[in-house]
Amino acid sequence: MGKTENQKAWFFVLPVFVLVAFNALIPLMAVVNYSVQETFGNNVFFFEGLKWFEEVLHSDRFHASLLRQLAFTGTILAIEVPLGVAIALSMPRRGPWVSVCLVLMALPLLIPWNVVGAMWNIFALPDIGLLGRMLNGLGFNYNYTQQPFSAWATLIAMDVWHWTSLVVLLAYAGLSAIPDAYYQAAKIDGASSWAVLRHIQLPKMKRVLTIAILLRFMDSFNIYTEPFVLTGGGPGNTTTLLSIDLVKMALGQFDLGRAAAMSIVYFLIILLLSWIFYAAMTREEGRS
Amino acid sequence: MALSWMAWTWETAAFFAIIAGLLVVMALWEWRRPGGAQRRGILGLDTTRGDRLFISLLGSAFIHLGWLGLLGEPLWGAVALSLLYATAVFRWV
Repeated sequence: MGKTENQKAWFFVLPVFVLVAFNALIPLMAVVNYSVQETFGNNVFFFEGLKWFEEVLHSDRFHASLLRQLAFTGTILAIEVPLGVAIALSMPRRGPWVSVCLVLMALPLLIPWNVVGAMWNIFALPDIGLLGRMLNGLGFNYNYTQQPFSAWATLIAMDVWHWTSLVVLLAYAGLSAIPDAYYQAAKIDGASSWAVLRHIQLPKMKRVLTIAILLRFMDSFNIYTEPFVLTGGGPGNTTTLLSIDLVKMALGQFDLGRAAAMSIVYFLIILLLSWIFYAAMTREEGRS
Repeated sequence: MALSWMAWTWETAAFFAIIAGLLVVMALWEWRRPGGAQRRGILGLDTTRGDRLFISLLGSAFIHLGWLGLLGEPLWGAVALSLLYATAVFRWV
């Protein structure tokens, strides 16, 4: 068996390598360098060894942010994935309404993150916002600027509103790729709609759902702009997710060494959890 | 190009040199024995040599963090444990 690869292809990939080096690799190396040093500005650094890592690992503040982040990501995944699949299943497959539904679904994704935060900030204000006034008018005691539960509910509602469409579009793409023959066979066998979902649609959507879950997981774990604009991490620290905490530490306190160590631990957690998700899903795929 | 903003230390330079060295070794290994040596290991995953290196490095990072968080410095024990772990990954995963 001879090797036939054309090695010239590597030259076409070279610009991507250069781009990734400049926007990811070099900054990441700088963060690793910062994480073992202390600085008071002016490009003067003092070697501190692993002190920042030890402090971050023992920090109650970091543990609390991490717990909030896990709770946020777990909650939005538990809502967005089933909801996205349900919406995709109820969308028409043929006819003029397909384009209308797809455009409507794509709209939230086109809105910049800070605009989404600002929109929900005003929309949910208890005194002048449509949602806030309506909820209070219905008898709920709702004020996301002062109550942790309201702040969390608003944050989750905002993320679900913004990002469920992504799951819908991916799930819809997966559904559209299922040949009609599968449905015809199921019809001949007298399969119920649950059986069709369980044995045809979900298995066929597995690959796109893997991508959807991974994207939503990584994105929600990195989320910064929307919660920052909506609640600023408050009331108190109740919606201070990892990235908000990190920015407070790095830019608010200019504690670069500790922030760099926290970034690396944060990055490793995302890498590990993403890999576990990916491995679990591809393992199932490999078995089937 | 001035690299003072990157705040290099010899320790971090050595760390990245080891990672780069590992990648070079993997490239040479692949050149000598192409195909990535894909197989299904004890985790039930299809892994290539590159996947096994990734699993080893990621696991080693957490072994070091765990050691630092629970036992503190020095980290020689974590280094030894990571080498054992990486050997196990390359042998069985």
